[in-house]
Amino acid sequence: MSTTAPDVASVRTGERTTGIARRILRNYVVRRVFRSLFVIWVVTTVMFFMLRLLPGNPVDTYIATQMRAGGSYESAAATAAGLFTFDPSTPLIQQYGDYLWALLHGDLGNSLTGTTVVEKISSGLPWTLFSVGYALLIAIGVGLLLGVLMAYRRGGVLDHTVSVIGSVLHAIPNYLFAIILVVFGGVQLGLFDVADIRGTYTAGVEPELSFTFVSDAFYHASLPVTVYVLTTFGTWALVMKASTITTLEEDYVTVARARGLSDRRIGTQYVGRNAVLPMIAQIATQGSFVFGTAIFVELILKYDGISAELFAAINDRDYATVQGILLLMTFVVVFSNLLAELVNSALDPRIRESANGAGG
Amino acid sequence: MTAIAPGVAEPALAAPAPRTDGVWRTMVRSKSGLAGLVLVVLITGMSYLAPLFVDDHNPVDAQNRWQGPSGEHWLGTDHSGKDVLKQVVLGGQTIIYVGFLAAVITLGVAVVLGSLAAYYRGRLDSALLQLTDIVMTVPAVVLLAVVGAFFGLTTPTTLALLLGLITWPVLMRSIRAQVLSLKEREFVEAARLQDLGNMRIIFVEIVPNMAGYILINFIIAVTNAMYALVGLYVLGLAPLAGANWGIMIHQAWTYGAIYLPEGRAFILAPVCAIALFQLGLVMLTRSLEEIFNPRLSKG
Repeated sequence: MSTTAPDVASVRTGERTTGIARRILRNYVVRRVFRSLFVIWVVTTVMFFMLRLLPGNPVDTYIATQMRAGGSYESAAATAAGLFTFDPSTPLIQQYGDYLWALLHGDLGNSLTGTTVVEKISSGLPWTLFSVGYALLIAIGVGLLLGVLMAYRRGGVLDHTVSVIGSVLHAIPNYLFAIILVVFGGVQLGLFDVADIRGTYTAGVEPELSFTFVSDAFYHASLPVTVYVLTTFGTWALVMKASTITTLEEDYVTVARARGLSDRRIGTQYVGRNAVLPMIAQIATQGSFVFGTAIFVELILKYDGISAELFAAINDRDYATVQGILLLMTFVVVFSNLLAELVNSALDPRIRESANGAGG
Repeated sequence: MTAIAPGVAEPALAAPAPRTDGVWRTMVRSKSGLAGLVLVVLITGMSYLAPLFVDDHNPVDAQNRWQGPSGEHWLGTDHSGKDVLKQVVLGGQTIIYVGFLAAVITLGVAVVLGSLAAYYRGRLDSALLQLTDIVMTVPAVVLLAVVGAFFGLTTPTTLALLLGLITWPVLMRSIRAQVLSLKEREFVEAARLQDLGNMRIIFVEIVPNMAGYILINFIIAVTNAMYALVGLYVLGLAPLAGANWGIMIHQAWTYGAIYLPEGRAFILAPVCAIALFQLGLVMLTRSLEEIFNPRLSKG
């Protein structure tokens, strides 16, 4: 709290420029953004050196693989020189500088398969974001609704059923749940065609904004989405229930009741709005969790999102692609956390105050 | 629901550490807690005691591939004619061992760093918080897959070590929050006045007061570690030597067991084993939460 006082004073005494600069630096949003950038920079650096310190130099590995496949050293070396944007014989620090410089220009290097890493990522990422985002929306919607109902009828049938089903489904790892879904839903009961539903869209359907394509995309996403929703909605319901219960006990709700306001008005205007607040931070953590673990589910269900690219890159020892995808996932997590913090602070000024006072 | 058993009724003295007999009684009294405990003990017991009774000789039998359940093979045979039941019974050890070891490491790092950060505050605290920010950012499972595949992890112990070193930050933060509130209590003040020394105050006075909290988080850490580990095995990103539940699922999945009615048992048996074990752990944490945090069950 006390940190804001000198700012005001310095502005008043005429040190306008430094005062404004300091105020910008002390601004909550600016500080959060800087912090996120710092985190991304550290992760990038650690990953760069980690992958370089791995046993075996990727260029040599590539040349060796090509020669084993029957190529001459010269031709393999020439292809390698074209594929790798860095030269392993230059000092590490220079490679690092080049890498960062390229990164700032949005260049993540070249993949071993001949395309750029950016192209590889942009072919897989939209599908992952689509399926995870779509699932998140459904899970949150269902969870919020159930949570509020459970809070109002505490100890009722719904409360118990949702708690039990939610925790059982949550306890089973999502990729195992995917297997169970395929075995029982697909093979045993024949609810869907296991081979047909795989992939992100049916071959022959053009990715464009048409009804056929959109419905096809939803059809193919339905398995991973079902898995994500069923394994996470219980958590949402429980968080919302706890939050609603806390809000129901607040004085202003009691006052609203005493004033004789209708239950419906209290439920939406007084309880609902305030109970949703703590959920927003959850959206970021849950979202990044689902995004981070989507790799398992996507690979099991053969949904060709970012995980398929990552998996292939790991198997091919395609360092540039692995590095690019890891960086991108980090970025998604950092960005969603940042967004949640900013939304939270906009909704609840107390967060800003305490963060400024405590210094982080 | 009565959250605290009569056993704990008498007021606890200076350091209000929960009495273990009371915890035990309450847990056994709550149905889901008991069921969870039974599941966990049964499956762990089966995995660790079975090698004493079951002959681990499980030969490849090309004549009897993909056999359905029969008197000779209760759960049928797999793609190479090996007995499935034997594999399930013997396949839990590695998974449970890695889960527990990883949880011990996670918890150890989290408790030590979390208490130190909260107790000393200042630069140490902000540096450690910054570190958690960074480690938490990289999706643990993905990092594990990359590091696991590239470094060629060969032993379960290295896997556990890696898991432990990646997953501590979330727990460290909550331990830190706990210590922050505990260190304002009178008994810590008293210990300070007695000049007991910072290390002693932290690890003898403060940490035991979080015993319940730590126990709950330990179990959660076990489930998380098992989740990541089995996932790596199922995808074939961890070494596929030997036999455990994860490797079984991987083989069943790649050899297309789901399409064969006779192979159904091969894939479902390990899936069920893991799911039941995880379920047991979750039920256990739920009832422990009720014991250590009675306000929850009232809500």
